[in-house]
Amino acid sequence: MDKPLTKNIDMSRPPLEIAQYQAAGGYESIRKIAAGLAPADVLQQVKDSGLKGRGGAGFPTGLKWSFVPMGDNAPREKYLVVNADEMEPGTFKDRLLMEGDPHLLIEGMIIAAYTIQASKAYIFLRGEYIRAEHALKKAIAEARAEGLLGSNILNTGYSLEIVLHTSAGRYICGEETALLNALEGKRANPRAKPPFPQVSGLWGKPTIVNNVETLCNLPGIISHGVTWYQGLGKGVDHGTKLFGVSGRVRSPGCWELPFGTTIREVIEEHAGGMQDGYQLKAFLPGGGSTDFLLPEHLDLALDYDVIGKAGSRLATGTMILLDDRTCPVGMVGNLMRFFSHESCGFCTPCRDGLPWIEQIFVDLEEGRGSEKDIGILEDHLGYLGPGRTFCALAPGAMAPLGSALRHFRQEFEDHLSSKGCPYTRH
Amino acid sequence: MNSNLIASSATSDKIQARELTASEIEEIEHEKTLYPDKQAVGLEALKIVQKHQGWVSDESLLAISRYLDIPVSELEGVATFFNLVFRRPVGKHVMLFCDSVSCWIMGCENIRAHISQKLGIDYGETTADGEFTLLPVPCLGDCDRAPVMMVDENQHRNLTAEKVDAIIQQYRNNEPGEQGS
Ligand SMILES: Cc1cc2nc3c(=O)[nH]c(=O)nc-3n(C[C@H](O)[C@H](O)[C@H](O)COP(=O)(O)O)c2cc1C
Ligand code: SF4
Ligand code: FES
Repeated sequence: MDKPLTKNIDMSRPPLEIAQYQAAGGYESIRKIAAGLAPADVLQQVKDSGLKGRGGAGFPTGLKWSFVPMGDNAPREKYLVVNADEMEPGTFKDRLLMEGDPHLLIEGMIIAAYTIQASKAYIFLRGEYIRAEHALKKAIAEARAEGLLGSNILNTGYSLEIVLHTSAGRYICGEETALLNALEGKRANPRAKPPFPQVSGLWGKPTIVNNVETLCNLPGIISHGVTWYQGLGKGVDHGTKLFGVSGRVRSPGCWELPFGTTIREVIEEHAGGMQDGYQLKAFLPGGGSTDFLLPEHLDLALDYDVIGKAGSRLATGTMILLDDRTCPVGMVGNLMRFFSHESCGFCTPCRDGLPWIEQIFVDLEEGRGSEKDIGILEDHLGYLGPGRTFCALAPGAMAPLGSALRHFRQEFEDHLSSKGCPYTRH
Repeated sequence: MNSNLIASSATSDKIQARELTASEIEEIEHEKTLYPDKQAVGLEALKIVQKHQGWVSDESLLAISRYLDIPVSELEGVATFFNLVFRRPVGKHVMLFCDSVSCWIMGCENIRAHISQKLGIDYGETTADGEFTLLPVPCLGDCDRAPVMMVDENQHRNLTAEKVDAIIQQYRNNEPGEQGS
């Protein structure tokens, strides 16, 4: 099976240097472009490929790009921004791509930047990702020396510089408009939309923000073509995706697999199944902002719509497993503390609601909870739901909370009757 | 997250801007070539100063404000927003301990209790000898090898109490291991 995202990755050695990378077929897409693919041609191929954004929302990449003003009347300055902030709890996929094969991201960036005719590209990298920072710095310098970055790339007349920006740390920076404020050196509150970044983004110029993994899909699409790309998946969605498993399994990890792979295959075959003495109770399929699914969902295919119809989201594709010996209330309490601390404080329901929720979980844990508290949690599902707050952080926080209240009502009640957590931590 | 690392106010009249060092100025000047606007350079300057000084003192904040001609209040607003800009002194080594969900499932609370007991510090505190500061950090993106923490620029995974003891000893002996591993 082809693994276009991870074929060069072997974490037991340093990532491929540019010569080895090119020997393995790297930067072929850029040579194809130089041989005569216009930006509109590339855009068409990306649209045809069906590629959807891997940052969480699954928005079609080609469609997103098509909103950028093009042609002689378009602003001279436009930007591509790579969202490499990866702070969603339980998510560990972009780190692998950047540490393992930095040239793949740079190749993808050149394709995207060329398509929208961006004059500059920024990588917004999580500050703690030191190893990725070193790998990317080295790869950028190599690509520059090879004439794949800089002015007049391979005589196309197109020029591009990449700037690596390391974040000063805040989960909200991953939200694409907050990210733009952070890059501009401001407090990272999200911006009102419209105007959308595609029209007025970084410093008011047309800007595309794409996730690391999204961009890493592009070299394969352009080098090998749309038909090849669509042949990779075995489900509804096209291509491959990084899927991860963390929790009490035998071999937690992250693997590149075709869309349409079942959840069972990922957990039982790739992650080796649950550790002895533990049973699967539930799981978050795509990071901390997704709704719990149950063992009855194990045979679902990993496709955006399939997971959506089951009441959750594929999102980042990194699953967090809850076992039968770990308290679901404690797990959700941990997530609520995270969201409460990371709320940017811009709008009232989120700024005031999340700390209240966090406190209720502390009270439940310490035996001070009441039936009324559970009612308050339920009320917040409405106050912080989709459309009620300025950005998607708050509704994201409500996903694990709401689904936990549905599936684990008994465990919440048990915290009242036992005056504290009935589970013993191990 | 690090609210207890934030100094109360940088606007006091008594505080004097310090001189930025030659290397700080050189790095700030380089950032100016990468961003079209001085506000963006302001955030970079905060990170540069922290890299050299370990934290951002009021004196440093004033120095950046003067050097880039950005109001102190604006810089302070940015400095206090971000988790990784320290407005209070930190120890020689900063331990960023992941307290997010996958690490929690894998029992990070026990490890955290062990560290606190061994070093005699809670989150946000620095050991009396100035060696270590312990801070919580959201998911470090190594959830398949939980529990995880970062000490300075190194990631330590699959933590156990014994492993933590060895790591602490290693830093006390000034043997921090490979950078960014
Ligand atoms: C609170 C919040 C945090 C986010 N964090 C990230 C992140 O770390 N990385 C990412 O790629 N997208 C993140 N997103 C999604 C981005 O806003 C955006 O949808 C994405 O970067 C678009 O890229 P894509 O179209 O390639 O998926 C976040 C969204 C929200 C609301
Ligand atoms: S929902 Fe929360 S994180 Fe988003 S803008 Fe409002 S306060 Fe900020
Ligand atoms: S939850 Fe700790 S590294 Fe992801």
